[in-house]
Formats: sequence, C-alpha cells, structure tokens
Amino acid sequence: MTVTAQPPAPAVGPDKAGGTRLVDRVFKLRELAILLVFLVMIGVTQAGNTEFLSEQGIKDLLLNATILVLVATGQALVVITRNVDLSVGSTLGITAFAAGDFLHAGGNSVVAIVLAVALGVGCGLLNGALVSLGQVPALVVTLGTLYVIRGIDSIWVGSRQITASDLPGGYVDFGSGGISAVPYLALIALAVLIAVAYYLRHFGGGRELYALGSNPEAARLAGIPVRRRILAAYTACGALAGLAGALYLARFGNVDSATGNGYELTVVSAVVVGGVAFTGGSGSVYGAALGALLLTSINSVLPALGVSSVWVLAINGVLLVLAIAVDRVVALRVAEALKKRAAFNRRSGRHG
Amino acid sequence: MREPPVLAVEGLDKSFGAVRALHGVSLQLHAGEAHALAGENGAGKSTLIKTLAGVHRPDAGTVLIDGEPVTLHGPADARDAGIAVIYQEPTLFPDLSVAENIFMGRQPRRSLGRIDHKAVKAAAAALFARLGVDLDPEQPARGLSIADQQIVEIAKALSFDARVLIMDEPTAALTGSEVARLFAVVRTLREQGSAILFISHRLEEIFGLCQRVTTLRDGALIASEPVEGLTEDDLVRRMVGRDLDELYPKQATDIGAVALSVRRLTREGVFTDVSFDVRRGEIVGLAGLVGAGRSEVARAVFGIDRRDAGTVEVDGRALVNGAPSAAMAAGLALVPEDRRAQGLVMGMSIERNIGLTGLRTTARAGLMDRRAERSRSLDWAVKLQVKYARIADAVGTLSGGNQQKVVLAKWLATGPRVLIVDEPTRGIDVGTKAEVHRLLSGLAADGVAVLMISSDLPEILGMADRVLVMHEGRLTAEIPRTEATEESVMAAATGRAA
Repeated sequence: MTVTAQPPAPAVGPDKAGGTRLVDRVFKLRELAILLVFLVMIGVTQAGNTEFLSEQGIKDLLLNATILVLVATGQALVVITRNVDLSVGSTLGITAFAAGDFLHAGGNSVVAIVLAVALGVGCGLLNGALVSLGQVPALVVTLGTLYVIRGIDSIWVGSRQITASDLPGGYVDFGSGGISAVPYLALIALAVLIAVAYYLRHFGGGRELYALGSNPEAARLAGIPVRRRILAAYTACGALAGLAGALYLARFGNVDSATGNGYELTVVSAVVVGGVAFTGGSGSVYGAALGALLLTSINSVLPALGVSSVWVLAINGVLLVLAIAVDRVVALRVAEALKKRAAFNRRSGRHG
Repeated sequence: MREPPVLAVEGLDKSFGAVRALHGVSLQLHAGEAHALAGENGAGKSTLIKTLAGVHRPDAGTVLIDGEPVTLHGPADARDAGIAVIYQEPTLFPDLSVAENIFMGRQPRRSLGRIDHKAVKAAAAALFARLGVDLDPEQPARGLSIADQQIVEIAKALSFDARVLIMDEPTAALTGSEVARLFAVVRTLREQGSAILFISHRLEEIFGLCQRVTTLRDGALIASEPVEGLTEDDLVRRMVGRDLDELYPKQATDIGAVALSVRRLTREGVFTDVSFDVRRGEIVGLAGLVGAGRSEVARAVFGIDRRDAGTVEVDGRALVNGAPSAAMAAGLALVPEDRRAQGLVMGMSIERNIGLTGLRTTARAGLMDRRAERSRSLDWAVKLQVKYARIADAVGTLSGGNQQKVVLAKWLATGPRVLIVDEPTRGIDVGTKAEVHRLLSGLAADGVAVLMISSDLPEILGMADRVLVMHEGRLTAEIPRTEATEESVMAAATGRAA
C-alpha cells in the first residue's frame, strides 16, 4: 500500500531526540565505565609498583585475559538471546585435553586446533538443540550438559595428564610467544572479538539475536527463525570455548580431567560485569571482553600491590554485585526519563 | 462483478485440544474496505486473526489470496503474502531502535549482505513522514506510548507494502486524540486501496470506521453484512445471541457514612493534593485521560506506592503509609488495571488465584487448608459466574472477560468495605461488561464503597453516583450524577474546565 496524502504534520516536540541521545550515551558509557575502572586500577597499581607495566607484565595481563575473553565473547552471544551456557567450562576442559591427546600422539598443531573447535561445535550443537527444541530453561539444560560433558571427560581422561613435555615445542612456544608485549594468543582473541562484534552489528543474523533476546514472542511473529538463531548462538559459543581450550593448552601446557572446572561462573561474571543484560537484547561483546579483562587483571594487580590473592574472589563478587546494581539504577533512570519525555510530548499535544 | 477478495477464508476449523475455537468460519476482505470483526471475548476472533497471520494452522478450510488458495506455514509466509497484523499488545523489540524494529529481518543490504544502517534509518524516516507522525527512527522502542508503538507497527506494515492490515483492538489503550490520529491514518490507507480488518469492543468505532461487519459467536460465523442499516442493538444481539438487559444497571442505593477518606494525597511529580471521600453504598467514578495519575492515586491509597504527603482513612482509621497488607486488613481491596501483569498469576489455577487473598484466613496453624481454599474459591467463582471447565485449570486458559471475573472474585472474597476497581471492563465483551456492572451495582447496594477508575465515559456516566475528574495529577472537578455529561467530564479531563 502507498500513502501519498500528507496528513497535517504535528507539532514537533522541543526535545525530539532527547531520549535517543540519553540511551545511546548510557550504553556507550557502560563500556567506557569498565574501561575507566580498568585504567584507574592499572594506573594505581603502576604507581604503587613501577615494575607492574614492564613488557613481561603487560604480556602476562593480556595472556591471562585471552582465554576468558574468547569464552566470554561466545557466552555474550548466548546471553544476548536471553539464554545462558553453563557448560563452557566442561567444553573448554574436554577440548583442551582432546587437542593435547592428539598432539601427544604426534598430530599436527593446526589440525589439533581445528579438532578442538570441532569438538566445541559439537557440544554447542548439543546445547543449542536441547534449548531450542526442548523449550526448557537454558539454565537447567546447560547445567545438565555441564555434568554430562565433564563426566565423559573424566571417564575418558581418567587420571591421565597432558604436560608441556608431551606437546611439540612449537605449540608451547606459540602459546607464550608474541610480537614484543602482545602475545599471539591475544591477537587471535582480538581478531575473533572484532569479527563477532562486526557480525552482530552489521549482519541480519546478528541483529536478530538481539531481537529475539529483546522480545522472543515478537521475534517469532516477525518471522525470525528463532530456533535456528538460538542453535547458531550456542554453536558459536561452543566453537569459541573449543578454540579457548586449544589456546589454554598452548598457554599452560598442562591439562587433566579437572581443567576448566568452575570456569563457567567466571565467564558469566565477566559477561555481566561487562554490561550484557541477563534479560537479553542488550550489551555488546566488547563489554563482555572488557569485563573479562577487568576480572583477570585483578589477579595480577593484587599480588603487585602486595595484597594477598585470597581477596580475589571477594573482589570479583563485589564487582559483580556492583555492576548489577549500576545496571539496575541506570535502567530505572532511563525508564523514568523516557516516561517523562512521553508525558511531556503528550501534554504538549504532539498527538493532537 | 467485483474483483476477487484480497483475502478470504472458507470453512475454517480450528480446535485446541477439546476446545473448538473456530468452526466453519468464512470471511471475505475486499480492497478499499474496512471490515469489522465483532464478537464477545472467546468468540474466536483472536484465533481467526492468528490463522490469517500464519501463527496457527487451520485444521480444515482454505485461506485464499486474490482468489487463489494458499498455505501459510508461518508468520513470514503471511508477511510475504502482504498481510500485516497489529496485535493488541504491540510486538516490538524494546532494546532496538524504532527503525530496526520496522525493518527487522528485511533490512536494506549493501555489499556482502551487510545491513545498510543509513538506508534503514532513512527509510524509516520516510515512512513516518508519509504517515505524518513525528517519531525519531533512532529512538529505542522502549518507552514509546502504546499509540506510538502502534504507529511503528503500521509503518512496518507499510514498509512491506501490505495490502491487508489486521488490527486487534488497537484503540483499547489509546486516548481520544490518539484514536483520532490512528483513524486518520487507517482511513488514508483504506482510500489507497488497502483492506483493513478491524477488531474493537467499542461499537461506536465499528460504526464510525467500517463498511462491513462480520460477527462471530462461540467460534461460529453469525453474520457478515454491511454496517449501513445496522443499529448498535442489532450488533449486540448478534454478538451475545440474546437481548441485553440494560447495559448500566445502576441501582438507587442508600448512601451512608464516609468509608474511604483521602486528604491532600501527594506523590512527588505524579499527583498533587488529591482529596476525596467515598461513602458506603456509593460508586464514585474517577475519570481522566490516560496518564492523568488516576491509577497512581489508587496505588498510593492502597499502599503499593508510598505517598509523600497526605492521609488515607478507612472507616475513620488512618492507614500506614506503603503497606498493602494493612490496607487489606482495614477492608480495602484494589482490582488493578492490568489483569495479566498485576491481577493474576496466569499459570496458576483459578482456585489458587482466588485463594491468594485468603492465604492467611484459610490457613490453620500456618498450614494451608486445601479444602477451605477450594470451597472459598468455588463459592466466588460460582457467584460471579466464571465460565471454566475445571476450577483447577490455569487462569491463562480463560477468555479476558472471565479472567477479569477471577480478579474480582479474588478481591471480593476478602469481603472488602472499600473496593477500588481500575478499568474494570477494559478489553472485555459487552455481555461480561454488563455482568461486571451489575455486580458493582449490587456491591454498592450491600453497602460497599466503590471507587471506579475508568476511561470509558459511558461507563462512568452510567455507573457513578459522583464523578471525580483528574487532569495532570490534580483533581480538577467533582460532578454529581445529575450534572455529569460527556462534555462536562471531558472539559475537566482536558483541563478546559473553568
């Protein structure tokens, strides 16, 4: 249908784009805020310990963050769709061991990484299929697969262990090497991060993840293939956990049946601290990555400041609660502002 | 010979379990025609719409587009066939921008399949210009008024050149001027050759906007006829299958002592200096435009929101600020505006929903007495003539009108001395509406003080002994029944009163 007739244009409200700017600012602010906290923390630490930001210090910071950034990126994809994947720790553990086992048997390094990613894809497909077809809460389903995958890992691995001496020297060197202070692993994570962020912003499939997280019923009515998208998000999350597993092996060279135990909680914390809302539909993978960077840096900052590392967990927890509180307050403020604006427009007769 | 209808259905059957939602329904929609779909709640209107939208697959019967039978496998098929549906509750993505909402799944692309964000924004702006509305394409959908959300939905329909626009009770939550704007847009679309299928419980809207009307009752087709020559009574008779008794059965009552006394009630930035009394046996109507602060006053009186200043007394005893349980104990009951979100637990049974207000009174030694709960719930469900299969059925399976009766039952079971009802008949059919009115009238006759918030002017004028009017957070008028007219109430509601 075409409308050519022009009904009289209504009066324009004076603060036409006020809400947009406000909301835009808030969401950009959310990521800037974490970056700021991170920089302040690093600055304070550097002031207290000038050795902290040495070449090796920076390298350690980045290396520590790499694995978590990768897994958090994948997790963010899932959380944006209003779901969660608790099995990423188990996936990371089993893929790391599989890659190690393969290398130990004399396999090619590239093939080992591909193998880990493929195994991760398998785990992701399993989760995605259960969540999207079963219509069961993701929290419960992935809690189940967390134990299933960990169980299979334990049966298969038993008391075996992969150590750096089992691995080809090139693989371990790759894990610790880099271009001056920037490790290769961090470059990989950065590349993945940028690619995923670009996909989410500029491709239909990416926007649809936000849409179905924002309002699942509306997504279905808009003809978005909801199940396929959820399956895709889980598959990508599994693939990234698999890649993280391979890189974990390269970084630490030490894998057993307990590798990645409890990792899912750190990942979820990073995502939430990074401003990806658990209610779906908002946040960015950059935020999740910053959250990961912030959380892992605390591990390095405390010893550098001479604080016992027993504080790490408590501080992580405080950060998490703080992040949620900030998000909540900001959401309320934004809602209030939007409401006031709507009321103002109504009063000024915009609909007259 | 007319052209074949743009959209038609023939012999449509659809059942959900044992419930036959539609049987043998046929309907023809022609280009350039606004067609009303009338019927009580539960008559099958929503099922018919969802079938046309590709959400439900019919058990039997055909859907024809331009005279050709088609199968709609899903919402995307219906959209591709040029059918746009605007649901009662707009289906937007609150986190995404207005422009993204319009083009979700169909964004203009540039190289490599990437979304052309600039084109999306420009196209949305162009659509709003064509509709003559002022909306910012980059604004998030969250925080838009219902009226603006509907405009976004219409823009979405325009964006894929929909030839059929189906609107499910679009005016239920709109103010007068918003309805006028919506109708202006709809009339323009119709003149451009679109077919409109329009559902509304407001008969005057059907008569004001539509050329044809199809009436459903209990899932069956009753009539499909031109609106011209029909009277409102004819239409109501087709919908309910019987003559309605008087729609506003207001009984004369003995008005007694003051039961609810509100003095200088203020909530910063929401409403200011609101004072009024409600006496035993009296129904006081609270009128005003949407957003005037009426529901907010009710919430503060009941203690859901804290009041910043002022007092609330029930039977002369002051209520503690911000304590709904104290209000309940004092004999106050509030039937909220939004029954889905505030009044009921949709997944819970009728029995349990009614039982919620009696968790303390029906418990023995702190444990629930299931038998007492059931008999209390049954008692009230029967008194209010709730139509259900089993009392253990989830409330979500009932029609809107019956859900509203369950909310009423839930609160009446507390034996309130003061009853506040917020939009008691919004979105429910004429038959049930009359029952609710008779019920309220009967309660007043029994000495209950009733405060009725309503945006339905005939309802206010028909039911209230006294009309209070709010405008922008202030009480602007108090009009006795004999002097209350549409003009006097609207003048006060829009702030034009002297």
